[in-house]
Amino acid sequence: MATITLALMDPPYETETTTTAFRIIDAALRAGHHVKVFAYEGAVNLTMAEQAPHANPVKGTSVEEEQHPTTKDWAAALFRTYPGRIEWVNCGLCVDERGAGNWIEGPVRGSPKEFAAWVEASDNTLVIPAK
Amino acid sequence: MGTYLLIESRDPFDSADVERMYELAAGLAEHADEVTVYLVQNGVMPVRAASPASARVRELAARATVLADEFSLRERGITDDEITEGVRPVPIEVLVDLLAEPGRKVMWH
Amino acid sequence: MAKRILGIVETAYRATVEEQDDTVLWLHHMLKNNGMDVSLLLRGNAVNYAVRGQDPGGLRFGDLGVEHAPALDHDLAALIERGVPVYVVDEDRQERGIPATRLVDGTRPVTRRELPSLFETFDQVWHW
Repeated sequence: MATITLALMDPPYETETTTTAFRIIDAALRAGHHVKVFAYEGAVNLTMAEQAPHANPVKGTSVEEEQHPTTKDWAAALFRTYPGRIEWVNCGLCVDERGAGNWIEGPVRGSPKEFAAWVEASDNTLVIPAK
Repeated sequence: MGTYLLIESRDPFDSADVERMYELAAGLAEHADEVTVYLVQNGVMPVRAASPASARVRELAARATVLADEFSLRERGITDDEITEGVRPVPIEVLVDLLAEPGRKVMWH
Repeated sequence: MAKRILGIVETAYRATVEEQDDTVLWLHHMLKNNGMDVSLLLRGNAVNYAVRGQDPGGLRFGDLGVEHAPALDHDLAALIERGVPVYVVDEDRQERGIPATRLVDGTRPVTRRELPSLFETFDQVWHW
């Protein structure tokens, strides 16, 4: 099995890369690989604990009826489903300038130093940039 | 000489730069052992055979392996019978397998 | 031995009001500081980062100004000074009408045709 590092930059919901990134991470974990996520720039917002789902007035559905997870829920699900095989670092300076310091259990604060160490230790690295 | 995976998430209708990446893929294919282009997100837009843009995709498929993400195709209602020759729909697991291959250089555009 | 990494920068001028100026150039500076063997390739609009004399100064919103405006040409010069090779895709420069003489000293021109050979000299190629 391989160790794969991903660097993400996009914040939640603004581009389809968020969806694809989660698809790749989940597929890699399901295949038995180890995955390390370096959340850079807006990607530090993916795991913010205060994200909250909402009702949908267009569809006429309540929060409960919508049952729509936010990105922090997906991240938490990855930690829960694949214990010990996913690591997640939120880049500290990016966290500070976005006020994104309160995140779910699982991710840790880090820096380019961790990213550098992961790149050297991983079998491959995929950078998914912001446009 | 190396193996490559180019993940193309953009389409030529929105981004003129996609042409540069197709050219890069073809250029790499001349030098490398193997080049795979994985079309994902709007990158699958030009695969409809009925689109004039598909001609460029067919040209690329003659030089490199061109795969199209099944979810991206389904999300856009592109059915198998609409897809231009040379492009193979595959699940995301194929991308992961390629990413996990030792030494394969991977670029996302 | 450290992996040889080529970082390709294409998106340009996204982060003018962010402290790191261009966060990909900044990240590569940090990776170099952490001992990584990194090089940069500027393509697309990012070739403009190598133009001497860029000036985004004077931004002000209400009573608050940006005191330290980005100085991307200086950031690139600093990277080159640190020993980071910085390549510039020549056709992209020409398409944008940028004279070669306007570029920061020390950048290395590379043609599109030469890119595959260049990539072969690296262990990984990241497209930012």
